[in-house]
Amino acid sequence: MLEVAVEKRLGAFRVDAKFSCETSGIVALFGRSGAGKTTLVNMLAGLLRPDAGRIVVDGTVLFDSERGLDVPPERRRLGYVFQEGRLFPHLSVRANLTYGLRRVVPAERRIEFDQIVALLGLEALLERRPRDLSGGEKQRVALGRALLANPRLLLLDEPLAALDQPRKEEILPFIERLRDEFAIPIVYVSHAMPEIVRLADTMVLMSEGRVEAVGPLDELTSRLDLRPLTGRYEAGAVLTARVEGQDEAFALTELSFAGGRLLVPRLELPRGTELRLRIRARDIALALERPQRTSFLNAVPCIVRDIGAEDGPLVDLRLDAGGAALWARVTRRSLEALGLAPGTAVYALIKAVSIDRYSLGRSSGAGRFLSETE
Amino acid sequence: MPGFSPLELEALALSLRVALWSVLFSLPVGLFIAWLLARHEFFGKGALNAVVHLPLVLPPVVVGYLLLVLLGREGPLGQALYRLFGVSLPFTWQGAALAAAVMAFPLMVRAMRLSLENVDRRLEAAARTLGARPFDVFVTVTLPLTAPGILVGALLGFARSLGEFGATITFAANIPGETRTLPLALFSMTQTPGGETQALRLAALSVLLSLAALAVSEYTARRLRARIDG
Repeated sequence: MLEVAVEKRLGAFRVDAKFSCETSGIVALFGRSGAGKTTLVNMLAGLLRPDAGRIVVDGTVLFDSERGLDVPPERRRLGYVFQEGRLFPHLSVRANLTYGLRRVVPAERRIEFDQIVALLGLEALLERRPRDLSGGEKQRVALGRALLANPRLLLLDEPLAALDQPRKEEILPFIERLRDEFAIPIVYVSHAMPEIVRLADTMVLMSEGRVEAVGPLDELTSRLDLRPLTGRYEAGAVLTARVEGQDEAFALTELSFAGGRLLVPRLELPRGTELRLRIRARDIALALERPQRTSFLNAVPCIVRDIGAEDGPLVDLRLDAGGAALWARVTRRSLEALGLAPGTAVYALIKAVSIDRYSLGRSSGAGRFLSETE
Repeated sequence: MPGFSPLELEALALSLRVALWSVLFSLPVGLFIAWLLARHEFFGKGALNAVVHLPLVLPPVVVGYLLLVLLGREGPLGQALYRLFGVSLPFTWQGAALAAAVMAFPLMVRAMRLSLENVDRRLEAAARTLGARPFDVFVTVTLPLTAPGILVGALLGFARSLGEFGATITFAANIPGETRTLPLALFSMTQTPGGETQALRLAALSVLLSLAALAVSEYTARRLRARIDG
């Protein structure tokens, strides 16, 4: 359990963040650049002192201005992976990794050196210097170094932001393994929705120094009122689905979710596997009747729940598909032509290929199994 | 330059001893002052900075004279030192080392302060989150990253001490075998009729010594920097 209520003024910028959430799995701290995410994480880590407030992690009070309590960073036992790695340039990779480990009393060591080196694939790097590492390798070492300090919670501050897409793909599976194999709670700071959708269970949404919303990821991404913060381009619904079967002849996989069934390009996953999907609003078209003779493979019956109040040619609608939320983006003209209003029954037409490849990360490395076909 | 004369060897050995002690004494003090100036804001910081830099701008003779006033047998500090420990610094090689140290101090502090200011504070923050207490961070992160600067400071101090003349002759006088370092011996030779050859030999010796010190420090600094640069 993470309980935070902090205030901090930095010049004209003010952070006033209050939230509490469970720390199981990955908690995403999401917001645009300048929303105060790093400031908040620095306060959690003890690198920045709040003007007032309270920070409690799993029952341990780390900061309480009323009681005059401020646990120094070295005793908070929060692992911190920085955007820029911050490896010690004068130490070898091995010495970097053991820096935190050597400062943990043996009785409290739950995470061991060999274990982390194997998990993160660092064997070949141990005698190297940080300057001889690639960006991705540096972040892997930084991750290992933070883990070996045996933290009670891991803070990842945009650990992928400085990396290009292939390097991101190199690191993401490791973060998924941390979540799945170590059961170590993680606070993951990012302004990249695809990363968050792939990794997180809970989202803390920040804007202009304030926490705007806290809750399960699926719920927050399907709330129209938060749309200005989650981003228009990124608009979409996150669904949990299950593999039901394979269509060998056409190389398709059948999935089920609360709203019905979906056909997607073949996934090399066993039947019953749970995975997460992201369907972007712009990839859903609407029809009033079940369309005949169409190339759309997936037509899911839904009820219109909410209509966005955006100006301009495009409008977003929130749909209810058997309890699961879907979003559709249509033109204002279509909205009027079809006479759509809250309560209207429609069919959501989803292109099979529109299922976000990047989002299939729930089971280890599933993203790599999806054969991409048009 | 065939074989050194006893006079030359004596002056050389004394110069090395004085310069070494000068550096050994001012290194820890200088590092502490450099750290104060680089990392802290406090009342009187400007004044401290000015005092540290004073020997750089004052005529060395003035520094030597002030030391004499302060530490002479009749001076307030000198009196106390003599009564408590039976120590008297003027006209001794320890006095020469002190005069050299005072003159070298600003150079050392400047080099070390610059180096401390260049240390990435974010690395120190990272070390804190990994469980290191502030002093631990200083020893395991800050100090190794400052090492080239400390070395450069030490060399500058050493070279400055080797060449110290004005403050030394004023405070410690020119006593053969006790305070007559290379520059003082050279000066004495120029005052002695027929001493030109000897003066030239001493000058050459000074040049050799300085070049050797420079070479050693360049080599070490480069190796240190190669180890550190990320």
